[in-house]
Amino acid sequence: MSEHIVPVRIYIAVFLALLILTGLTTWVAFIDLGSMNTVAALAIAVTKMLLVILFFMHVKYSPGLTRLVVLAGFFWLAILVALTLADELTRGWTPKPESWSVLLLTVRGLP
Amino acid sequence: MPNREGTVSEMAAHSAHPPGFAHQFEDMGQQREAGSLGMWLFLVTEIMFFGGMFASYIIYRALHLPAFETGSRLLNVRLGAANTGVLIASSLTMALAIHAAQVGKRKGTIIFYLLLTMILGAAFLGLKFTFEWHQDWIEGLVPGLNWAYSGPHAPGVELFFCFYFFMTGLHALHMIVGIGILTVLIAMAGRGRFNDQYYAPLEITGLYWHFVDIVWIFLFPLLYLIGGRYAMGGH
Repeated sequence: MSEHIVPVRIYIAVFLALLILTGLTTWVAFIDLGSMNTVAALAIAVTKMLLVILFFMHVKYSPGLTRLVVLAGFFWLAILVALTLADELTRGWTPKPESWSVLLLTVRGLP
Repeated sequence: MPNREGTVSEMAAHSAHPPGFAHQFEDMGQQREAGSLGMWLFLVTEIMFFGGMFASYIIYRALHLPAFETGSRLLNVRLGAANTGVLIASSLTMALAIHAAQVGKRKGTIIFYLLLTMILGAAFLGLKFTFEWHQDWIEGLVPGLNWAYSGPHAPGVELFFCFYFFMTGLHALHMIVGIGILTVLIAMAGRGRFNDQYYAPLEITGLYWHFVDIVWIFLFPLLYLIGGRYAMGGH
């Protein structure tokens, strides 16, 4: 098994892309896009992360097992964030429950 | 004399294999892959470690949105952006150090790139501590130690700065550990330990270094950028 040697020009290209994206994300932050500001900032951050993982961290050239471990790590992080937010962001969706005594009265009051 | 023969043939095998090769592996390629996989397993625990912090930041930001936006605008976005550039440059030099070993460059080249990585890492910490944190201290923006902020949403802004110092502090701690590991690598490179077959310590330290870079890639927009800076006019 011989390792894949990433050419220096690819490292330089990734470095320049990361610098440009850093400038872009800073520039966009000063333009009023409403809620899209957060979306833009996170989209650029994810793009930068993918560039670093695939090229600097050689995951693009890594065996399937390594890629699986990387994916599993981010999948678990997604569970952590999604389930926490699922609780926090949906609390306002249903009316606040009445106390049990009120609930019982309502049930008994039914014909 | 079977024992003696065994020892002799073991010694012969030892001199035949490339330096740095561990006997339990089939070949150097398998050894490298096992090392990278092990490092990635550690990094997965790091993802969850920082992930818990990011998740709580997202929740508290949602609960105290105006305060967190106010706090965000009190940070120095220019220094944050400059530090992002410094860290990205350090990732490049780290990658180039590994590349130098892979193509069998002299040890001086490896040490040069490792030193550059260290200097850029130290520059990041220097900007962070002596400009940003120092400025925060002067402005009374350090919760618990020197808190003098009395503007709008004061309690929530204090909470934001708690997150800010814990998140950037833990990131800085990882940088300090990384610089420590780089010191060891430079010593190893100086003794000529690395070659085009054996560079696993460089490779897995690179994984760690780039991971710490990724953490900052998310800290920068989450802390500095998404606080409605456009409302401030020019900066």
